[in-house]
Amino acid sequence: MAGDRRKITDAVMEAVIRFSGITTIVFVVLIFVLLLRNGLPVFRYTSVPKFLFGRDWLPLSGVFGILPLILGSLLVTAGAVVIAVPLGVAVAVYIAEVAPPRVKEFLKPIVETLAAIPSVVIGFIGLLVLAPVVQRLFSLPTGLTAFTGSVVLALMALPTITSIAEDAITAVPRDYRAASLALGATRWQTIRMAVVPAARSGIFSGAMLGIGRVIGETMAVLMVTGNAAVVPTTIFEPVRTMTATIAAEMGETVQYSPHYFALFAIGLVLFVITFAINLLADLAVRRSMASR
Amino acid sequence: MVAAASMAARNRPQAEDLRLPVHGTARMNNRTRELIAFTFLRLSALIVVLPIALIICLLVIQGAPALSLKFLFSYPSEGMRAGGIFPAIVGTIYLVLGTIVFAVPLGVMAAVYLSEYARPNALTRLIRLSIVNLAGVPSIVYGLFGFGIFVLLLGFGVSLLAGSLTLALLVLPVVIVAAEEALLSVPQTFREASLALGATKWQTIRRVVLPNALPGVITGVVLAIARAAGETAPILFTVAAFYLPRLPRSIFDQAMALPYHLFIMSTQVPNAPPGIQWGTALALLIIVLGMNLIAAVIRARFRRRRPW
Amino acid sequence: MVDGDISVSIGDLNVYYGDFHAIKHVSVDIKARDITAFIGPSGSGKSTVLRAVDRMNELIPGARTMGGVVIDGRNIYEPDVDVVELRKRVGMVFQRANPFPMSVFDNVAYGLRIHGTASSKELGAHVERSLRAAALWDEVKDKLRQSAFALSGGQQQRLCIARVLAVGPEILLMDEPASALDPISTLRIEDLMRDLAKQYTIITVTHNMQQAARVSTYTGFFLSGELIEFGRSDKIFTKPEDKRTEDYITGRFG
Repeated sequence: MAGDRRKITDAVMEAVIRFSGITTIVFVVLIFVLLLRNGLPVFRYTSVPKFLFGRDWLPLSGVFGILPLILGSLLVTAGAVVIAVPLGVAVAVYIAEVAPPRVKEFLKPIVETLAAIPSVVIGFIGLLVLAPVVQRLFSLPTGLTAFTGSVVLALMALPTITSIAEDAITAVPRDYRAASLALGATRWQTIRMAVVPAARSGIFSGAMLGIGRVIGETMAVLMVTGNAAVVPTTIFEPVRTMTATIAAEMGETVQYSPHYFALFAIGLVLFVITFAINLLADLAVRRSMASR
Repeated sequence: MVAAASMAARNRPQAEDLRLPVHGTARMNNRTRELIAFTFLRLSALIVVLPIALIICLLVIQGAPALSLKFLFSYPSEGMRAGGIFPAIVGTIYLVLGTIVFAVPLGVMAAVYLSEYARPNALTRLIRLSIVNLAGVPSIVYGLFGFGIFVLLLGFGVSLLAGSLTLALLVLPVVIVAAEEALLSVPQTFREASLALGATKWQTIRRVVLPNALPGVITGVVLAIARAAGETAPILFTVAAFYLPRLPRSIFDQAMALPYHLFIMSTQVPNAPPGIQWGTALALLIIVLGMNLIAAVIRARFRRRRPW
Repeated sequence: MVDGDISVSIGDLNVYYGDFHAIKHVSVDIKARDITAFIGPSGSGKSTVLRAVDRMNELIPGARTMGGVVIDGRNIYEPDVDVVELRKRVGMVFQRANPFPMSVFDNVAYGLRIHGTASSKELGAHVERSLRAAALWDEVKDKLRQSAFALSGGQQQRLCIARVLAVGPEILLMDEPASALDPISTLRIEDLMRDLAKQYTIITVTHNMQQAARVSTYTGFFLSGELIEFGRSDKIFTKPEDKRTEDYITGRFG
């Protein structure tokens, strides 16, 4: 009967749809499990503290200390954050509060365009244009340094930080501004002391997501930070990030060799770090929604 | 705050023991402070715009001369130091198609679940958290995952199939978020009218909700295409080939791809002619930005021309 | 069904939204092929009781219904009742006209297509019949392929009625069908209702008392989720028995 066929179709489609919803959870779990499965075996060849805190990354000699890589990632990230967060928030404030509408219409798409540029293209420009400039400017033996990486990553994190911070700032109720201005405060005082503090959680969440983006970035850093898997002493030295290590070395490892496991273990560390950052950012957004 | 206090003081006739600066200069200080601050803000906007403009201008100026039809349609030769990027373009197109085939049906159905079936319970929150996390996983980790599961475990080898599946997972959150937004924008009253006429839920979704959410869904698909076309890390060990003498013939073949080609040319090929490098970069940029532009246009027209 | 029969028998109906007891022990019998009006102030529950007759309250998360609505000898809230078939027999017209973003023709044909009632050749005839029954055919016969939104508000509402009629129900539920319309369109809807009542059982919710008095044979007055009084309209509007009914009718509140 036509009616029965409809009902069967409805039931089947509902099952398909529910299943599709659940696959998202399944994938996250699957990624985690695979990383564990292919990463944990490295601890047959080394211990956890030696892995995480060992200063020497010499995979061809069987020494798997990822401290230089972690520090490399941290240094590049920290540099990027120092540049991108103040700049990103400043641009967000400018767009949300100060820019005339015509400028706004033109500025927002430009920042969004930056977000769309593939990381390999930005890395390419960094390699060919920025690195020589850095080399000459700071009289370095090479322009491929953590600093170059920070600048490039800052560019990539900017759109994320700016757009989320801008949303948070625009979401601050008009009454806050009106009350402050009515007390005789200037627009800047209002922004500095009423609006930005009120948008704190959103701005923080934007910064967190920007940081997450930066830590996870691979190609651009691979191309501009040089190739030195050693503990850095200044920001003007070549470094190696965790992401770049995986990308650079995976192609040359033998399957299921200790090196192979070690690279997966690095991937596991990356996964956990970005998971934690996303969780934090999500909680921050949730808190800012709840307090409204 | 000083300004506020001094204004209040002005309204009260006595001010002798209010040891505040004279009202006039206090206001001037704050105004100058505002001017300085706003100038810094304007400057920061400039600092951000300049590199973006620089990047695009450089790519166009250096890359455009290389973008001839010959460049786009011929194979690399002389050890990649001459010739064109045709196989890379084709490889990227195949990869993108494969990505869409896997990511769109799954992503749209997941979005349908979220907008039409999900209740505000723990499971739904878990699903949303998973989507946020999938969006945040570093692209190289996707590469690792793709390598471990598709290339090795499932035995697809380094292939278009493995690469497409990996990229599909990467762009899944993009599709889901855009599709859900589009579905939620369809007014509830249409669903009610359909159900009141005796339609089943699926009939309602298929005949009323989805067709009216289509532009938004397409926006998501186009954005996913842009993303998939530009990614390098996920394809490094799942599909990318340094050089192939001919185009891939099956989904189990390796393929060249534009982002990987750019990477190789600029880092692994010594003395690669800059023209080829900039040309490849510009070609990739045009595809990716072009897709983003199309998505933005669709989104804008969808918002304006809604029939309801 | 013979005139004078009971078409819908609502017995001890209780509806909860979460913990909120929205509808309290409502019992009323609806006569077949007549117009019954539900009146009462905002929030009195009249729409909720209306929606209970085709189980549309189930679309609201957290809504629970207890008690019975008996149509054709069966309580529609029994677990094995086919809701989809029920809604074929009980049609609903909404307060704000909500034609689909489709052509006039496709709107009316929608119900026919989902139930598979007519082959594509017969569709045209069915659509015409429904549009005539809704007193809309003459106005739209040249515009069948145009978007439904090209019609005026009153026409859109009659289109929604045609859409419902196409499905072939026995009972029509009309939730303030004319409240969003101008006075002339309102009168046309009322004329249509009187016409339709020759064939269909109609229950209508309205906050326009003059309309209820004009159009309905029976009226029920609701207040705070309870049915205060029910009876023939000519009696309710001239000599109500309950003081609260009288207060509402004379405009002392609501």
